[in-house]
Amino acid sequence: MPSLKDLRKRITSVRSTRKITLAMKMVAASKLRRAQDQAEAARPYAERMGAMLTALAAGLGDPQSAPRILVGTGSDRTHLLVVATAERGLCGGFNSSIVRAARVHIRELLAAGKTVKILCVGRKGRDMLRRDHASRIVDTVDLSKVRRLGFADAAPVGGRITALFEAGEFDVCTLFYNTFRTVMTQVVTRHQLIPAAASAAAAAPVADLGGASYEFEPDEAEILERLVPRNIAVQIFHALLENAAGEQGARMTAMDSASRNAGEMIDRLTLNYNRTRQAVITKELIEIISGAEAL
Amino acid sequence: MPEKVHFELVSPERLLVAEDVDMVVVPGTEGDFGVLAGHAPVMAAVRPGVLEIHDEGSEIRRIFLAGGFAEVTPSRCTVLAEESVPVTDLDRGQLESRLKNAREDLEDAKTDADRHRAEVAIQLFEEMLRAVA
Repeated sequence: MPSLKDLRKRITSVRSTRKITLAMKMVAASKLRRAQDQAEAARPYAERMGAMLTALAAGLGDPQSAPRILVGTGSDRTHLLVVATAERGLCGGFNSSIVRAARVHIRELLAAGKTVKILCVGRKGRDMLRRDHASRIVDTVDLSKVRRLGFADAAPVGGRITALFEAGEFDVCTLFYNTFRTVMTQVVTRHQLIPAAASAAAAAPVADLGGASYEFEPDEAEILERLVPRNIAVQIFHALLENAAGEQGARMTAMDSASRNAGEMIDRLTLNYNRTRQAVITKELIEIISGAEAL
Repeated sequence: MPEKVHFELVSPERLLVAEDVDMVVVPGTEGDFGVLAGHAPVMAAVRPGVLEIHDEGSEIRRIFLAGGFAEVTPSRCTVLAEESVPVTDLDRGQLESRLKNAREDLEDAKTDADRHRAEVAIQLFEEMLRAVA
């Protein structure tokens, strides 16, 4: 039976925890708004780039002449997994769900006898993957200093992937991140970057040219060569934005339930506290009365 | 009233301009080209330079682009810009000091990658200065 003083201490401590979780929830809610707006604003660029890429790929007659980054190296021996997670924890299952998906994929690839390399974006993913795949992590991109995610943060990641590909370090590149569906749900997404899966590009609407076809300045190959690495950076940026919105959404939900739990705990403890107090008073009364009766 | 072309300037972060204008002059890698309504479909790479928006006859807006891509169809013109600044926002003194810094970087550069980066930066700032002049 805990003493009154212990109970009082616990109540205060749970109360201050609830204050923190409530504040975090509200911070997450306002950050979520911003992240959502940002993701919304970035959509036109990605869409138009997708449309351009489709038009270019369609205009490109001979697949042999296409840059390798678009069509792949023809083998799938070495896989690079880009695992994009959050920089901070306390956001429910957000990070672990991404890492879990990546782990499953790694296991499949390893079972099939492929070589796996990992590029971590975000501290949390690295911390979790380091436990059993430390030797496979080629690099980590730390975004913890970033206050407001800009394209300038995503571009170097894209550049790094392109450089690794040019150096022949891998054949297939897959990106893992969480797609923001609603505040409550984030969906782990696996997206193949290299070779650029036709699915993403084909979904973009092609402009109606009224029968005419595009002229290219400079020629197709040169534009493609510039556009494709750029597209990779854009897709990473898109993933990072989705992740940012998802992270805040997940944190909001997690903090909401944490606050509710703390509230319930306070109620229970208060009840317990009052009962104990009553018991103490009753006990004292009994002692006094029986003392008086004895006289 | 001449027909207008729907012009869109998009940066990775957001849609910057979306309006119907008379003409756009795009700095392509192979030279500047003007886009009027009914232009033949073109896809072009954009070099660092100034994009001009002509509207209502005389009004000209100049925007500096750090490169990107342009897509032109008969009814619209879309420019995907890597970085864009309205020319009026460029500051001469600041640019000159940044150019100087970049030149110093070039001298200090040890690896090829560093040198290349500094050269690109110098080119960019020189273009910006030319735009201001």
